Amino acid sequence: MTLSLTTEPDMERATPQGLIHPGPAGNQASNPVKVDSERVSVFYEGKQALNNVSLEVQERRVTALIGPSGCGKSTYLRCLNRMNDTILNCRVTGSIRLDGQDIHEPTVDVVQLRARVGMVFQKPNPFPKSIFDNIAYGPRIHGLFRHRDELDGIVENSLMKAGLWNEVKDRLQEMGTGLSGGQQQRLCIARAIAVNPEVLLMDEPCSALDPIATARIEELIDELSTNYTIVIVTHSMQQAARVSHFTGFFHMGDLVEFDSTERIFTNPRQERTKDYITGRFG
Amino acid sequence: MTRSHPTPEQLLARRHAADRRFRLYGLAGLGIAMVALVLLLGTMLLQGWGVLLQARLTLPIQFDPALVDPKGDRSPASLAMGDYRVLVSRALQEALPEVKERAQRRTLGKLMSDGASYQLQEMVLANPALVGTQQQVSLAASDDVDMWLKGTVSKDIPENQRRITDAQAGWIATLEKAGALGLEFNSDFFTRGDSRDPEMAGVLGAIKGSFLALVVTFLISFPLGVATAVYLEEYAVKGRWADFIEVNINNLAAVPSIVFGLLGLALFLNFMHMPRSAPLVGGLTLALMTLPTLVIATRSALRSVPQAIRDGARALGASPLQVVLHHVLPLAVPGMLTGSIIGMARALGETAPLLLIGMVAFIMDVPDGFTDPATALPVQIFLWADSPERAFLEKTAGATLVLLGFLLAMNGLAVLLRHRFERRW
Ligand SMILES: Nc1ncnc2c1ncn2[C@@H]1O[C@H](COP(=O)(O)OP(=O)(O)OP(=O)(O)O)[C@@H](O)[C@H]1O
Ligand SMILES: [Mg+2]
Repeated sequence: MTLSLTTEPDMERATPQGLIHPGPAGNQASNPVKVDSERVSVFYEGKQALNNVSLEVQERRVTALIGPSGCGKSTYLRCLNRMNDTILNCRVTGSIRLDGQDIHEPTVDVVQLRARVGMVFQKPNPFPKSIFDNIAYGPRIHGLFRHRDELDGIVENSLMKAGLWNEVKDRLQEMGTGLSGGQQQRLCIARAIAVNPEVLLMDEPCSALDPIATARIEELIDELSTNYTIVIVTHSMQQAARVSHFTGFFHMGDLVEFDSTERIFTNPRQERTKDYITGRFG
Repeated sequence: MTRSHPTPEQLLARRHAADRRFRLYGLAGLGIAMVALVLLLGTMLLQGWGVLLQARLTLPIQFDPALVDPKGDRSPASLAMGDYRVLVSRALQEALPEVKERAQRRTLGKLMSDGASYQLQEMVLANPALVGTQQQVSLAASDDVDMWLKGTVSKDIPENQRRITDAQAGWIATLEKAGALGLEFNSDFFTRGDSRDPEMAGVLGAIKGSFLALVVTFLISFPLGVATAVYLEEYAVKGRWADFIEVNINNLAAVPSIVFGLLGLALFLNFMHMPRSAPLVGGLTLALMTLPTLVIATRSALRSVPQAIRDGARALGASPLQVVLHHVLPLAVPGMLTGSIIGMARALGETAPLLLIGMVAFIMDVPDGFTDPATALPVQIFLWADSPERAFLEKTAGATLVLLGFLLAMNGLAVLLRHRFERRW
């Protein structure tokens, strides 16, 4: 569903704050919806962390989530692959559909869901195993290869895509935990794409990286977006502007505004969004 | 009078002083612990070194067929009926022909261990070809001779208060001079079971009993404990019930071991009718006792595995079991091993529950299986410490040293394994 509100500039002021989240606008050709969340709320021990968030993630597009610390970006991201299930006393309401199927339905196998919706965490968390085994773990448990050669291919390909191959190709048997922070993060990205997920969730993947590695990851996100649907949380406005097609601005558990990145950064509807991206608060 | 605030310099000096004081307390504590350890080990070594040696008489023994093989058919039944005592006393008399009077000969015979004739019988039963031959045989001397030679008892006290008479002392001197009597390495201590005669008593029966019991304990408590801990830590929904169970497990870990002995007695002996005094029952009872400790140790090892590792595996689509088997358990192995070995060490040193299930009986035979009657090392120490013979004091200390040696080896193994499996993340 795509609403085009751009034709009526006056509507912007008339929209009650945080109630309507119009779909992406502009001349961007719209893709099919991959993940559709409707009125998603999250409670931690009864305390609300996310408030009625409705938002559509389009297929093979990069969607960025921005907002001040503690506003619920990670919480929302974790809803999409049901990682909140593992948190004690965490309750999620509302509906989230992946390709039209509600992911909370009892028939949905959460293990399968997470194979389809991969995740890269804010803090690099390689397994204390060899670099090779880190990448091979996903393909192994999901049976994604027939022969050892194929597995070697998957590992090489994933490392290549994550821009780590040249640095580690001679030491695949060394511990993944022995890499530098930035290398570990790229290892985690390679590990996530090795299982060929349809959606890739990235929670501040560059927060531990230097500008060069960051640029490499952004390039990678760009490349991946031709095949994958990506949702990325970032604190860097420039990064959101550079890599994403759509941007959602969260504030205190509300999705304040969701629109095409171009629109958010050039002409946001909401006062709060404007204040945030111009650095007046947050 | 107004209270002035201390200057930064004063504060700094105070902080340093507190630091030094704290380090001093620590050192003092460590020092006291070390002194206690040295005292314990020192007294044990002083009292127990003697078990390594045993006074033995080496005499030519004439295996007279008329005495050894009354039926004359060399059958084990006949050989078992032989009069080996006479062989021993004859050999003694030949070594000291000057002793002629009956009463004196009897006191001379007291130099030899009662076990010597059994030793000869064992030899002949094992090798019937010995009958009719003459052999130099090393036989255990009595515990009184042993104590005399080792100087454990003073030789200066009046004769009527000594266990060795002046006459015996003279014979001992003669035999020593002739090279027939002396202290030798006491292999019996490490190869025999318990005995009424201190010179024939060994710890092998107790060691095997302890070993068999610990095997049972480990086989039962390790899998059960790990499974329980994994379930509680990784699967169970945290909440009131989990808290309730946790409190109870911690409570069980603090229950006095004798209570587990009562439980073992009621459950395994009275209800399930398992054999008394068996390492199987001892092991099961010790497993009950070790289980809570093991669960606690394993849980804390599991808890020390970073959540991020679990999240990483889950996010890749690993099932809960795969998360545990592929990631959490391998990382928790060092902690689990340390915990279980320390639990085993505690079980090895445990006496009270074994008393209740009958592993306290006097058992001469070295156990061969899990259901043979047996005793355990700490119980053996208890039994020997309770014996009136002076020579058992030495055995008690010796057995204690053996026990301490095993404990040291186990705890060393725990440290070794921990270093070996330790991983960084
Ligand atoms: N496991 C948890 N238990 C309880 N409260 C939580 C938990 N995780 C997050 N919260 C709360 O939910 C709110 C949103 O947290 P969230 O991690 O989603 O913020 P964020 O937008 O990702 O912040 P940041 O940019 O700092 O990562 C915060 O107020 C936080 O305290
Ligand atoms: Mg976050």
